[in-house]
Amino acid sequence: MHVPILKQGDYLIATIQSVLSDADLLQLRDDVADRVGHFRSRGVIIDVTVLDVIDSFATRTLRGVAHMLKLRGAETVIVGIQPDVAFAMVQLGLSLEGVGTALDLEEGLAYLNVKTKRGRTVSRPVAPTSSLKLKTPFDGQTRSGNSRTK
Amino acid sequence: MSPSNEELSVPIKSAADIVVARQKGRALAIQLGFAGSDPTVIAAAISEVARNIVNHAQHGEIVLSGVHENSRNGIQVIASDQGPGISDIDRAMQYGYSSSRGMGVGLPGAKWLMDEFDIESQLGKGTRVTMRKWVR
Repeated sequence: MHVPILKQGDYLIATIQSVLSDADLLQLRDDVADRVGHFRSRGVIIDVTVLDVIDSFATRTLRGVAHMLKLRGAETVIVGIQPDVAFAMVQLGLSLEGVGTALDLEEGLAYLNVKTKRGRTVSRPVAPTSSLKLKTPFDGQTRSGNSRTK
Repeated sequence: MSPSNEELSVPIKSAADIVVARQKGRALAIQLGFAGSDPTVIAAAISEVARNIVNHAQHGEIVLSGVHENSRNGIQVIASDQGPGISDIDRAMQYGYSSSRGMGVGLPGAKWLMDEFDIESQLGKGTRVTMRKWVR
């Protein structure tokens, strides 16, 4: 099943539409790498909401995509990992270490906005550092309600 | 009472069959009464053992069935192939060890996901993984 890749300004959005075979995942990797060069994209969102399982192969491929795109100068964020899927990944000992993740498309865009502005603010006034420290858009939200306030 | 005599066989001939096997496994798990994250966990375990067949033996089969034992219900997954077999099972079950291009996560990972896990292998004859998980 082919994964459509939409261009949205500086970003690319790849929304997986159905369960993917290994070959589809590899195709996605190649397509995204190709488009990033073509559109000179700064960020890529991969929406995996519909994936039923993210097993070792899928994890390795997604991690590979993100690292590859990083070498091409683009940030990647994986969005929409379902709670059950995340649970099974943890039990399998799988992690997307070094790869951006976010709850959904909206959070993914926010993540890329933070990440990709960094290198381009040379002549611009520096943004409040607190927002740049966020590793994922979750950090600010999930923690705001509890331990952080002292 | 249980659907334990019903067996569902999924031939594994290519990577595309991995998806078929785990989807059928998930459907059967739900039918057997698994709830919450369990169907996904079972599907993930099936995905790993099916992938093991594709990577090492090219083809084999996954047999799914319901099991009933000591008044509990569960699912049984048997993944078998006539591939080259595993020379050192202890090493194959080590997390992070891979003899091929994998991550070395598959078999030990599947073991963690299921309640029972058994592996038999004979060099030159093949490998058979039997796993079970019980409805909580």
